Amino acid sequence: MTRTSPTDQEPDEQPVVETAPKRRRLDEDAAGLGRTRASAFVAPALVLIGIFLVFPALWTLYLGVTNWQLTGLAAAEPEFVGLDNYIDALTNDRFLDSVFRTLVFVLGSALIGQMVLGFTIAWLMRTAGKTLRGIVETLVLMGWILPASVIAWLWLVLLDRREGTLNSLLGTGETAWLLEYPMQSIIAFNIFNGTAFAMLLFSSALASIPPSQLETARMSGAGTWATLRDVVFPNIRGHILTVMLLVTLWTFNVFTPFLLTQGGPGQETEIFPVLIYRMALETGQLGRGAAFSLIMIVINLAIALIYLRVLRERRQK
Amino acid sequence: MTTTHETTPMKHRDAVGIVRTTLAKIGRYVFIGFVIVFFALPVLWLVTAPFDQAPALRLSVPEFTLQNFQVLIDNPYALRSMWNSVIIAVGTMAIVLVLAALAAYALSRVRVPGRDILLYSLLLLSSIVTGTAAMVPIFVLITELQLIDTYLAVVLVMAGGLLPAAIFILKDFMDNTPKSYEESARVYGASPLQILRHVVVPIARPGLATIAVWGVVQVWGNFLIPFILLRSPEQFPGAVVMFTFYTEGGQPNLALISAFSLLFSIPVVLLYLFVSRRYGFRFYGGIKS
Repeated sequence: MTRTSPTDQEPDEQPVVETAPKRRRLDEDAAGLGRTRASAFVAPALVLIGIFLVFPALWTLYLGVTNWQLTGLAAAEPEFVGLDNYIDALTNDRFLDSVFRTLVFVLGSALIGQMVLGFTIAWLMRTAGKTLRGIVETLVLMGWILPASVIAWLWLVLLDRREGTLNSLLGTGETAWLLEYPMQSIIAFNIFNGTAFAMLLFSSALASIPPSQLETARMSGAGTWATLRDVVFPNIRGHILTVMLLVTLWTFNVFTPFLLTQGGPGQETEIFPVLIYRMALETGQLGRGAAFSLIMIVINLAIALIYLRVLRERRQK
Repeated sequence: MTTTHETTPMKHRDAVGIVRTTLAKIGRYVFIGFVIVFFALPVLWLVTAPFDQAPALRLSVPEFTLQNFQVLIDNPYALRSMWNSVIIAVGTMAIVLVLAALAAYALSRVRVPGRDILLYSLLLLSSIVTGTAAMVPIFVLITELQLIDTYLAVVLVMAGGLLPAAIFILKDFMDNTPKSYEESARVYGASPLQILRHVVVPIARPGLATIAVWGVVQVWGNFLIPFILLRSPEQFPGAVVMFTFYTEGGQPNLALISAFSLLFSIPVVLLYLFVSRRYGFRFYGGIKS
C-alpha cells in the first residue's frame, strides 16, 4: 500500500507577506491555493464519497431494524422491528450454514489455495528460466485481469456436464461438477481468479531477501524445507501477514461464485454475499438484508483493523 | 575392512541424495506442469472457440471461421452492451480522475488539519464498504433517488467506491512532484486552476494515467453493481449481458458467448499491457473492489 510522506509544516495559515517568510510560505503552499480554495477542491469528492459510500454504510444501522420490503405494504411504510432481524439471523439455520460455508470458502480458496499456490509458484519461479517464468506468470495473471464474467463463462465451459472440457479430458463421462462438487468448484474457480496477487506480492518479497542469507543456507547444506523455515519465512513474515489479511478480505467480499452456481444447488454454495443477494434482492426482504449487510461491514472492519495494526507494527520495526 | 565400512555409508548417502534431488526435480516439474494446465486450460477455450465453426463446450482444434463474429454483430444486444460498458467505464473514470486530482492536489499542497486521518479513514472505509457488503443500502438508496435503471446510478456508485483509493494514490504521487514550477508559474501570475491544468497535470501524467487505467479496468469487469441497479437489457453493460446469451432452446449460445468474451477481454488485456510496459505493474496492491 502507499505511504504518505509526512510533510509537517506549520498549520497556521497567513496571508503571503512579500518579505522574509515568503520562501517558506511558498514551500508550504506553492500554488497559493489557500485553505478556502483547497476546501473547494476537496469538497466535490467528499460529497460523492459521503453520499454513495459513507451514507449507505451508516444507513444499514437504520434499515437493519426495519421490516423494509421490496414490494407490498412494508415497501410503502416500513415498520420498526427492533433487533428482530438480528435475532432471526442468529437463530436461523440458513444464516449459520452460510457463515460456515463462507469460512470453508475463505479458508480453502484464499488461505490455503491462493496463498500456498501463490507462494509456491513465486518460490519455484525464482530459480526458473526466463521463458518458463514468463509463461507461468502471464498465465496466472490472465486469471486475474480478465473480466470476472468472462472467467465465469470459461469455468462454466470447463465444468459443463455434457461436453465440458474437464469431462472429455478426464473421461469422467457426464459428471456434473457444479452439482456434485459445488463448493470445490467455486473454490477452484476463486483460486484461479485470485492467485496472481499472492504470487506477485510473494515474488517481490522473495526478491527482497538478502541473497547472502540464502547462499549461506545453501552452503551449509540446508534442504528446501530448512531454508524456507529458517531463512525465508522469518524474512517475509510481514508480507505473509499482509497477503493473508488482504486476500481474506477480498475473498470474503467476492460475489463472482454466484455466476457459476447462483448459490445452488439448493443452498450449498450460498456464501455470505450470495445469501445477502438472495435474501434482499431476490426475495425482497430488504430490512433483513440490511442487517446482514451491517454484519458483513463489521467483519470487514475487524479484518481491516487487524491489517492496519500489522502495518503499523511493521513500520515501527 | 575399515575402509569398506567407511565408504559404504558414504556411497549409500550419495545414492539417496541423487534419488532425492531427482525426485525433487521431477516433483517440481510435475507441479509446474500442473500449474500451467490449471491456468491455461480455461483460457484456451477463449482463444479457440471464437474461431470455431461449431464452438462446443469442450476444447477442440477450430475449423477456422469468423462466422461467430457475424453472429455477434447481428445480435441486437451484444455490440450495444459493449458501448454501454464504454459509457459507464469512461464516465466513472472521468469523474474519478477529475475529482480525485482536484482533491489530491489540494491535500498535497495545503495542510488541512486532520488531513492524514481523513485520508486513512477514507481508504479504510472504501475497503470495508465494498459493493458486496453494501449492496442492500445502495440498492435502497438508488431506488429512493429514483435512479434505478440509469447509467448515472452505476457511475455514481462506482465513482464513490473508487474515489478514496484514487485520492490516496494521487496524493502520494503529487507529494513527490517538485513544487518549483508551480512557484514560478505563480510568480508570473497564474491562477491556481491554471497552475493545476498547465503545470501540475503534465507533471503528474503517469499517476493520472495509472488511475485512469485502473478505474476503467475496475468498472469494465464489475458485474454486481450494474446487475442490481439496471433493469432493462438494452442498458446492460457487457459484464451483465453475457449471462443473457441463451438460444430459444435454453442452451447457451456458444458462438455468441465465445466471440463476445474475446472481444470483451481485449481492451482489458491491452490496457494491462500498456500500463505494465509503460509504468510497471504497480497498482496491483490495495484495491480490487
